[in-house]
Amino acid sequence: MNRAALLLLADGRFPAGGHAHSGGAEAAVTAGRITGPGTLEDFCRGRVHTTGLVAAALAAAAAAGADPLALDEAADARTPSPALRQTARRLGRQMMRAARTAWPSPGLDALATARPRGAHQPVVLGVTARSAGLTPPDAAHAAAYEAVTGPATAAVRLLSLDPFAVTAVLARLAPDLDEVAARAADAAHRCLTEGTGALPAASAPLLDVYAEAHAGRPVRLFAS
Amino acid sequence: MHLDHEHTVFPQRHTWAGPTARPDGSRRALRIGLGGPVGSGKTATVAALCRALRDELSIAVVTNDIYTREDADFLLRNAVLPPERIAAVETGACPHTAIRDDISANLEAVEELEDTVGPLDLVLVESGGDNLTATFSKGLADAQVFVIDVAGGDDIPRKGGPGVTTADLLVVNKTDLAPYVGSDLGRMARDARRQRGELPVVFTSLVAENGVAPVAEWVRARLAAWAAVPA
Ligand SMILES: Nc1nc2c(ncn2[C@@H]2O[C@H](COP(=O)(O)OP(=O)(O)OP(=O)(O)O)[C@@H](O)[C@H]2O)c(=O)[nH]1
Ligand SMILES: [Mg+2]
Repeated sequence: MNRAALLLLADGRFPAGGHAHSGGAEAAVTAGRITGPGTLEDFCRGRVHTTGLVAAALAAAAAAGADPLALDEAADARTPSPALRQTARRLGRQMMRAARTAWPSPGLDALATARPRGAHQPVVLGVTARSAGLTPPDAAHAAAYEAVTGPATAAVRLLSLDPFAVTAVLARLAPDLDEVAARAADAAHRCLTEGTGALPAASAPLLDVYAEAHAGRPVRLFAS
Repeated sequence: MHLDHEHTVFPQRHTWAGPTARPDGSRRALRIGLGGPVGSGKTATVAALCRALRDELSIAVVTNDIYTREDADFLLRNAVLPPERIAAVETGACPHTAIRDDISANLEAVEELEDTVGPLDLVLVESGGDNLTATFSKGLADAQVFVIDVAGGDDIPRKGGPGVTTADLLVVNKTDLAPYVGSDLGRMARDARRQRGELPVVFTSLVAENGVAPVAEWVRARLAAWAAVPA
């Protein structure tokens, strides 16, 4: 049990670059899909059960000690949008910087050396969790949590939503996060014996399409 | 690293922003942050500094725009530096977060510039226009310049705030506009001195020939101090 380290890692103030990203929320706002707390909740639920689940499983597998380079390839294969692959690697590199300062370890050093341009963020998150003495379910929870808090924070800024209403959205999603994290941790466990094919490959095509459109926009508040 | 003379150059500063050497052992560039309210002349100052110093120094620029690439594009359009020496960082609606609370994207941009076009002597990091409390993290900038202008009201130095009071250099820009907006430069100078003690203040008009000279001189002095620090 190492609960405080998990809180630190999952805190939105952990300086790993996440504040500049909306997790697809800005593009969805632009497209008129997110307009208020209700549609934000739909968006977040969809995200956590698709790309959130994949990220959580990758993070859990990395925390469990699976080969991070194989996981990095698995992450590439599960991220069809080039813009999102680039974002994931950039955020992975930024998380690596914070992680190596907070919880230095040979595992983090090795991954940083093997992927100097950045590994996928969920993989770095998982290796970080391992360095911090956290469990695979912990890593899965952190990834699932991040999958909804990023868009929620961005939606507050983009639409001036009532922050209490948005916090209530996140509270309603908490059981979903627990369920996704449990499924992810289970897949991660199987990944250790069956390989990366055991990891979920859920996708959200609209997130991919929007991410590509967003990357080409000259005026935007969030990088992704 | 606690050289005695350093205290006269940076009276309030006892450390540099992280290690002074890059992983390969070479000396990293001096990093100077430029912050200040929207439209005060940060980009104009960066552009003028590049023009004034680019023949003697290897320079790169990182811009932090709030929602566009406007600052980077302005610098590119005006060809103050070759395009590969200008990088834009996106800040997610919150410029002070990117220069103070979570500096990872900016550090990344600085290091990428050093890797691709280095070795560099000087990296200028421009913050997106922000409020009077915005300051650069000591992990990102070795020294910071706060740019205000006379048109934003001559009571800004009196109001103070972390930018005005703690910046290593306060620039009061657009002095050419003072007569038109009724700003009292003498009062601004007195208020700034009251807020900042011995910390330097310069008044500039960037529309004038070589108007950036006082800032360029200050930058040269910082570089000399930086060069004196053992790597
Ligand atoms: N008259 C006058 N105009 C100036 C001076 N310096 C800058 N300007 C003008 O002021 C406007 C804003 O200058 P910028 O350099 O873009 O200001 P900035 O602080 O970078 O603005 P943001 O990045 O948007 O916060 C531009 O139109 C400049 O040409 C000056 O000394 N005198
Ligand atoms: Mg500017």
